Amino acid sequence: MIGITEQFRDNWVLLQINGEIDMATGPQLRQRIVQYVQEGHVNIIIDLTEVDFIDSTGLGVLIGGLKRTRSHDGDLQCIGLSESLKEMFKLTGLDAVLTEQDT
Amino acid sequence: MTTGITLEIPAKAEYLSLVRAVVVSAAALDPAVEDQRLEDLRLAVSEATTNAIRSHANLGSEERITIRCGLTADRIEVEVQDRGPGFNPENITPIGPLDQPGRLNYEGGFGIPLMRVLADEIKINSADEGTTVQLVVYTPPSNESS
Repeated sequence: MIGITEQFRDNWVLLQINGEIDMATGPQLRQRIVQYVQEGHVNIIIDLTEVDFIDSTGLGVLIGGLKRTRSHDGDLQCIGLSESLKEMFKLTGLDAVLTEQDT
Repeated sequence: MTTGITLEIPAKAEYLSLVRAVVVSAAALDPAVEDQRLEDLRLAVSEATTNAIRSHANLGSEERITIRCGLTADRIEVEVQDRGPGFNPENITPIGPLDQPGRLNYEGGFGIPLMRVLADEIKINSADEGTTVQLVVYTPPSNESS
């Protein structure tokens, strides 16, 4: 199980996730993203501060969310990555499309 | 001397976190293993077990998946064995970078490339009767006095 709390700010929805995102829990997050986009909330920020594990299934959910939001002229960004999550995002190239780039 | 454990799990996603916890706890019995290597192992084992669960789901198989974890003086070996339909590892084509046009249409394709990066050795033996993925993470000597 993962915990998902939501906050609406201007035209963004901020999702704070708690737990591990994998094959068991990823569908729960995917369903929420699909629901937000259907409701017109196409700009989504996902806060991963309280996520201590994410695997390739979880990454797939984020990529699917990015594709879905962009197809509605929105965007999806991830914040609050731990060092190990940053490393994983870098390994897979997700850092280039899902996070704010440091300068 | 080799010490180790064997797990047999139903091919269900809700057992993934249990597999990760057990394998990492077993590996952490070697005090020389650094935290980052435990994280590498945790992710690699999760990827291998996820693929195994998927392969059983594709068949509608009720058979169990076997995970063996062995510790020796210089390595941690984990074997994930399924009884799925098998695949040819040579046929896995590398995925392109995510900023490549059309790449976002594919949500998958990270599992095996990640395992190859995270583990020091990986062997995939696949046949019609199932697949065994062997992951090896090297460990430093644990008897240094400094």
